[in-house]
Amino acid sequence: MSLRPLSRIGVLCTLFAVCLAGCIAVAGALSPARAVEVKVGVLRIDYPVLVPVSRYDLTPDDLGFAGARLGTEDNQTTGSFLGNDFSLETLAVTPDDAVAAARELIGKGNRLLVVLGNGEDILRVADAAGEEALVFNASAPDDVLRDSECRPNLIHVAPSRAMLADAVAQFLIWKKWNRWFLIEGSNPDDKKLGEAYRRSAAKFGAKIVEERVFEDTGGSRRSDSGMVLVQRQIPVFTQDAAEHDVIVAADESDVFALYLPFHSWEPRPVAGSAGLRPVSFDPTTEAWGATQFQRRFEKLTGRYIHPEDYNAWLASRVIGEAVTRTSSAEPQALKDYLLSDAFELAAFKGQKVTFRPWNGQLRQPVLLTDSKITVSVSPQEGFLHQRSPLDTMGLDEPESACKAFDS
Amino acid sequence: MWARTSLRDLTLRAAFLAGVTAASLSIADPALANKAFVSNEKGNTVSVIDTGTWEAVEEFPVGNRPRGIGMSPDGKHLYVCASDDDTIQVFDTSNDEFLWSLPSGPDPELFVLSPDGSKLYVSNEDDNLVTVVDTAKKTVIAEIPVGVEPEGMAVSPDLRFVVNTSETTNMAHFISTEDYQIKHNVLVDQRPRYARFTNDGTLLFVSSEIGGTVSVIDMLGEAGPELVTKIGFEVPGVQPEWLQPVGMRITSDNKWLFVALGPANRVAVIDVESKEVVRYILVGQRVWQLEFTPGEEYLLTTNGNSNDVTVIDVAAQEAIKSIQVGQQPWGVVVTPE
Repeated sequence: MSLRPLSRIGVLCTLFAVCLAGCIAVAGALSPARAVEVKVGVLRIDYPVLVPVSRYDLTPDDLGFAGARLGTEDNQTTGSFLGNDFSLETLAVTPDDAVAAARELIGKGNRLLVVLGNGEDILRVADAAGEEALVFNASAPDDVLRDSECRPNLIHVAPSRAMLADAVAQFLIWKKWNRWFLIEGSNPDDKKLGEAYRRSAAKFGAKIVEERVFEDTGGSRRSDSGMVLVQRQIPVFTQDAAEHDVIVAADESDVFALYLPFHSWEPRPVAGSAGLRPVSFDPTTEAWGATQFQRRFEKLTGRYIHPEDYNAWLASRVIGEAVTRTSSAEPQALKDYLLSDAFELAAFKGQKVTFRPWNGQLRQPVLLTDSKITVSVSPQEGFLHQRSPLDTMGLDEPESACKAFDS
Repeated sequence: MWARTSLRDLTLRAAFLAGVTAASLSIADPALANKAFVSNEKGNTVSVIDTGTWEAVEEFPVGNRPRGIGMSPDGKHLYVCASDDDTIQVFDTSNDEFLWSLPSGPDPELFVLSPDGSKLYVSNEDDNLVTVVDTAKKTVIAEIPVGVEPEGMAVSPDLRFVVNTSETTNMAHFISTEDYQIKHNVLVDQRPRYARFTNDGTLLFVSSEIGGTVSVIDMLGEAGPELVTKIGFEVPGVQPEWLQPVGMRITSDNKWLFVALGPANRVAVIDVESKEVVRYILVGQRVWQLEFTPGEEYLLTTNGNSNDVTVIDVAAQEAIKSIQVGQQPWGVVVTPE
């Protein structure tokens, strides 16, 4: 977008001449009413999954969409004062239909596309969208999307695994629980999460004193007699581990982590996929105006908020804020603004959220919850960074191999 | 928290002041010292501070989650937003007795009284409304749709506008007091919390908690209120994220603007003329709202996380004392002379 200096003077002159006429027209349109039509599409890719271990983790039908709806309402209220109009179109599809659905949404003018799905599929959608749309990742935590596989049209509102793991690690270090017993699942995403915790441990100086893999043998998650088995199996599984302060569970597949608290051989707290969990947002959070945000969400939907809803809300608000400040709905103009120093947004997490210009990741605090209350919020006190304490979590500029955002 | 010497100083100064006041009024009644009322958000109480002795003398129960607090111009009635009870409670300031409730709309957080005390303008965070309440008839006169999460409220000295700031929309809305229509909107930085006019009504200050700035709005702009500049903050050793401006007060000579900086535990002193911060005063933790004593000798700050009120000597621009109050003090108001 930004004009490269001097390399094409002729082109610039022509542009200037065209602009002279055009810009005056635009300037005229800018005041007083700067009417912009903003069309946002939300694409949710659904996967066949087993019933979750906890009934509390059942996913609502409008997961993600509900957050985008609230975000659109917020944007529309603001837009009404400026003459901007926000619309929302949502689609839930299977992985096979994801690309076609994305093309359909973009074809209908939704050039700002919020996507919920796994990393691979979000990448396929982003590649299919190309320059046609700016894609907002509202769910996939894959670090590779912020690293070697980043895309110039892919913005990450959801925190990465590295950010989530670092959030937990900082709290454990603050507690001086430096000896970790890492238990990871056997599925690929569990392995990636386990790797994120290994990286965090090395980054902050914790020691993984014991590692075990919990095999996913498939089958149903719950049964009437499950409790009895769990109470006998988990102590045995965790027996004879090296002396540790805390168990760190890497179980994105939701197979075993929730069984660890109270059942472990040694009486130790659990963090990660159970016990103290890192989340982008949680219904338990009340600080920084979050209560009123939760109330608005609950009034709209009749249920508690999920992190995916928050991420979709946040993506909508990121778009809304950029539109408000730039008076544009053009993907490129919005992206330029988002990645600039001028962008900032209040997100009910106590400090402004901004973007990392090197990989398009939203900097944000990460909440730590025991699922009843918000226990703490990372970054923790004392973890410092020359740019922002938020950059102590996730891939810092020198660590990221992303080149797609280099200008 | 403060050194004993300051306390002794203060006692002396208070005695001196009391003497001066008594002499000038020819009334030798120590009971005439002012009362400061502090809403304790978590404690569901209001603390009463004697501004003569700087002692917390009483704490009485009010509704749930008391935040915004104000007083009728004659000093007789205390208004308290009981946010979780969706009402504004009215108390007798002479004996702390509950008198009646006013309709407020849902989740009232903050309000401002018209200078004659006849109307309350209340921000209703959950419903994106400003509610106008007739304090005598105890009825709702108007509901004005505003931006998302309305919060800060101010009445312009010429009474033409009620200003509301909306925290998620990031605007100051200028509502006409005649027809209750929004006449102007000015975009400010993230999460505008509080609005305050200079005494002469020429300038409006809006604090943006998350943006970390105070926007200065010229009320005499050609096309209406106009953003002229933004004031930022910088304190060595304090992370910029924690410099979160909230409550504000301006001296009546329009020279000094005091800004509470929330979790930075400081009150910034701004020279209104130059729009520059000249000093940061260390106060209690999570400083939230401010109020002068009637003669503007002292400025009181509510410190939500240390459960106390700091007394600032306005002329010296120094903190001189802290007073323990109830749980999570939010707002403060002082009886008039």
